Amino acid sequence: MFQSLGKYILLLRLSFRKPEKFSVYWSEVMREMVSVGVGSLGIIAVISVFIGAVATIQTAFQLVSDFIPKTIVGGITRDSTILEFSPTISALVLAGRVGSSMASQIGTMRVTEQIDALEIMGVNAPGYLISPKIIAGVSMIPLLVIVSVILGLSGGYLACAASKEVSTADYVTGLTDGFNPLIVTVCAVKAIFFGFIITSICSYQGFYTDGGSLEVGQSATRGVVWSCIMILFVDLIISRLLL
Amino acid sequence: MIEIKDIYKTFGENEVLKGISAIFKPGKNNLIIGGSGSGKTTLLKCIVGLHDPTKGDVIFNGENFTDMDFEQRVPIRTQIGMLFQNSALFDSMTVEENIMFPLNLFTTQSKAEKLERANFCLERVNLVGKNKLYPSELSGGMKKRVGIARAISMQPKYLFVDEPNSGLDPKTSILIDELINELTEEYQITTVVVTHDMNSVMGIGDHILFLHQGKKWWEGSNKEIAHTDNKELNDFVFASKFMQAAKAKL
Repeated sequence: MFQSLGKYILLLRLSFRKPEKFSVYWSEVMREMVSVGVGSLGIIAVISVFIGAVATIQTAFQLVSDFIPKTIVGGITRDSTILEFSPTISALVLAGRVGSSMASQIGTMRVTEQIDALEIMGVNAPGYLISPKIIAGVSMIPLLVIVSVILGLSGGYLACAASKEVSTADYVTGLTDGFNPLIVTVCAVKAIFFGFIITSICSYQGFYTDGGSLEVGQSATRGVVWSCIMILFVDLIISRLLL
Repeated sequence: MIEIKDIYKTFGENEVLKGISAIFKPGKNNLIIGGSGSGKTTLLKCIVGLHDPTKGDVIFNGENFTDMDFEQRVPIRTQIGMLFQNSALFDSMTVEENIMFPLNLFTTQSKAEKLERANFCLERVNLVGKNKLYPSELSGGMKKRVGIARAISMQPKYLFVDEPNSGLDPKTSILIDELINELTEEYQITTVVVTHDMNSVMGIGDHILFLHQGKKWWEGSNKEIAHTDNKELNDFVFASKFMQAAKAKL
């Protein structure tokens, strides 16, 4: 366990060594940003709309009563979407979509000697392969989470429009009532940390793949499992510290 | 010139290399041969720095490669070209991008100059016009040739080749051997080839190192190999009836 942690930290240190040529690394960063950001937009959009709608319907089911203002449904949906659903559920989904892809890509490069080829050329392989992925994850996953928040709240609006429990006017009023900007800060901090966790853990698992195609699959699975565990753990820590 | 001095390599309890020393000269095809598990690939990896020897030195033109850190090794590594057993081409890049990759990172050439060099390397390995193909669209022999083109793109002083004939038909194997031989002679490269292909040994083996049980068991040329009385080497080289028949005719 401690040996793995040490290897992980050393790999991160190697990943952020001075690049051989900035322009080559920059184009890799751009490529990874497109892969992480644009490539994940579809799945994030779909899950966000559904999660927002479900959160609204379930909150309404539990709270609608003559003694509680109906606008509270909007407020609760807003807070739960911004604080938890959008950053955490999106991160768990992205760990599966982006993380497994990164781990298997790097793992395949390892078992097919492509990483050895990079090293023999004099290229800092961790830097060339991992740092663009981490930069892309840390920058694009927060953007995806912002999209997720907007679509999640829109999903709640659609759920209100489709049902008779809460009017859309009450829902929109609830969204704006008692808004505390701190929750947006917490959401952004979570998204940045989750982006780092997914990309660095999955890259680490891929980089130290040893064996053949079976081990590449195992590395991808380990990367996703560890990312999910760490996402939930860091979610708890950030919530405890910032709220 | 590459000099290896008393190289030992241990993995856990398993001592794979046991004090191997040799000198590999420029313009020569230096072949490392031996049975499976004899340590030849481990020795190659120790020489190129993919493994750090447990003991011993690897010296490139008087510079001790073993003592250097990553940054210090970069200038020597840019003079090294390597062809891997499975070619190790970058899947996400085209043939042209594979060849231009080291040029992009380590030279200040313009795009036109890099393209010109890539085309020259492709011409050198008889793959003109294959620039835009991806590795998945190439045959095994073509991948090897692209691997050689990428290895020579930086005009290396040292060329390392790991099992160049594995998975190839006999005719393509001979073509690859001839190509390695031509490049070695033409550019006076110090070439080190790990192989267990007897056609390569007899065809291009200017200097042969036979490893057995992790030790240097025999050293000589392809002309000397037929007349050696070294039992282990004879058992290895003349294992097949075809080779025994060929030896009897000599």
